[in-house]
Amino acid sequence: MNRSSNHAPQWGEFLRRNSTYVILLAIVLGFAVLAPEFLTVNNLLTVALQSTLVALAAIGMTLAIITGGIDLSVGSVAALSGALAAGLATRGGLGTYPGLLIGLMAGAGIGLLNAAMIVWGRIPPFVATLASMAIARGLTLVYTQGRPIAGLDRAFTFWGSESLLGVPMPVWVLLVVAVLVHLLLSQTALGLHIYAIGGGEETTRLAGVNVGVVKFCVYVISGATAALSGLILTARLWSAQPNIGVGLELDAIAAAVLGGSSLAGGVGGIPGTLAGAFIIGVLSNGLNLLEVPSYNQQVIKGLVFILAVMLDYFIKQRRAVRSGRVPSTG
Amino acid sequence: MKRLTWLLNLLVLAALVLAACAPATPAATPTAAPSGEITLGLVLSTLNNPFFVTLRDGAQKAADAAGVKLIVVDAQDDSAKMTAGIEDLINKKVSALLINPTDSDAVVPAIQKANAAGIPVFTVDRGANGGEVVSHIASDNVAGGRMAAEFLCKAIGGKGNVVELQGIAGTSAARDRGQGFNEYMSQNCKEAKIVAQQTADFNRDKGLKVFENILQAQPEIAGVFAHNDEMVLGAIQAAEAAGRTGIVFVGFDAIDDAVQAVKEGKLAATVAQQPALMGQLAVETAVKYLKGQKVEAYIPVPLSLVTKETVK
Repeated sequence: MNRSSNHAPQWGEFLRRNSTYVILLAIVLGFAVLAPEFLTVNNLLTVALQSTLVALAAIGMTLAIITGGIDLSVGSVAALSGALAAGLATRGGLGTYPGLLIGLMAGAGIGLLNAAMIVWGRIPPFVATLASMAIARGLTLVYTQGRPIAGLDRAFTFWGSESLLGVPMPVWVLLVVAVLVHLLLSQTALGLHIYAIGGGEETTRLAGVNVGVVKFCVYVISGATAALSGLILTARLWSAQPNIGVGLELDAIAAAVLGGSSLAGGVGGIPGTLAGAFIIGVLSNGLNLLEVPSYNQQVIKGLVFILAVMLDYFIKQRRAVRSGRVPSTG
Repeated sequence: MKRLTWLLNLLVLAALVLAACAPATPAATPTAAPSGEITLGLVLSTLNNPFFVTLRDGAQKAADAAGVKLIVVDAQDDSAKMTAGIEDLINKKVSALLINPTDSDAVVPAIQKANAAGIPVFTVDRGANGGEVVSHIASDNVAGGRMAAEFLCKAIGGKGNVVELQGIAGTSAARDRGQGFNEYMSQNCKEAKIVAQQTADFNRDKGLKVFENILQAQPEIAGVFAHNDEMVLGAIQAAEAAGRTGIVFVGFDAIDDAVQAVKEGKLAATVAQQPALMGQLAVETAVKYLKGQKVEAYIPVPLSLVTKETVK
């Protein structure tokens, strides 16, 4: 059916499908050559640890993006959940696990609010989550009075600072969440519907899918993964900081897009998003090891992002042209 | 056409490698070749604030002079980025870490990691609430308060009613600045009388309101010392609105508005921190320690007085 692929070498198609991993590998190899400290077990574990915060938020973000939506509230949700959990666990006197649970539920709650605005209020996701981004940040500042909350006990900080079998706890949490959401996307009817909505919402509705329910699930999951990111960061810093997660939404979107998600919806996946988050983490770590000044680092990160997206767009366009479809302009 | 994709992949790789090394080469070795023995990691809360940029420049100058290498990491006011930056420098096995925490609590786990790796830690400007820190290098707020008191005492001719506007209760800045001020006044300016001491929370608006009330209660005021410039600028507004003149105002921090007020003659003086000197002392202290010399647990950084005569 596809004549041009018949006489093309196999690895061409492989690269095409796996461009995110190729880029990640290229960056890793580059740093391995340039920075002798980079390719050590210790440093790779550090990179994994540092990537979990963006990766967790990006997992929920990926679901939102696949439906053709977006969730700008993830950074504020992370801060709110961390603050609530720390506050309730310490000065609230509830103890660590009830605190963590309520923090997680608060994140899911903001997700619920997002979904309600999007599904019932018919507000575009960008606008709805922009509003809840401000609301959640504001609530965090109201609750904390702008001050950090310290004094967490060992059970709390365990989730951010300790290791199991040599692997930091945040990485374990990420692994479990990633596997669960990946299975949900690839093995369940809900996953199928999430992709379907991104491919064409009206068609999906006409096919008998309750689009509203699917969107509720997506934004609640996104709120919950963002909350997990905030809880883990709080455990990692041994304190809740009201200003954490500023700009997290941008890193999460970048991870998803680097991982092959299309902002037009319908395309994306958890393994790609994880690779995208690791690209961001590896870049930060490697550029620090190479002693690149921080101002230059930001320029380099921007350039890498745009190059990766251009590459991805180029591939998608080629594929679409070859299969006779007009490329989407979204 | 497939070649194009392959080519793009290669291009990305090449661009990355180029981008990664290009800026590093000129920036890492700006002047004299480092001795290769000592590498200091300086992790700053932000480089988006002139104070810390000046601090970094002072540290860089001192590092060049001492022949040691300095790696600077910017946390962009983000505690997560600060922790990551410290972890990166630990993996890079720097000789010592100079940390200017974004938050005194949030930095503790990262400092403990450095302790576990056997890397000595020094804190700059803001302290840490835990972990092992060799020395803390910060402005001497007690001396600054004394400096303000000495100036104020002279300016009011050694006598008259004096008002102290205090910062947020419990903060180290408010405590230390107040301590230095009150010590000097009670010992060396005995004829002046402190008639009001009220907190205005380091806030301009509160400074205005609090001073309005004080103006009502006190018909005679010779001088005012505020623990920061925001409060003193509020107090000046209140005095202007009430038509009261002849009051000597002294602030703290030398923020832009205050320096402008000094130029205009509305504010008599403000106490300035010296970030370049702070960076320099931080590097010098760390180098001294690494060379086996004993260093103090607290290294006070002197302050300077900005008056109409000294203002630039």
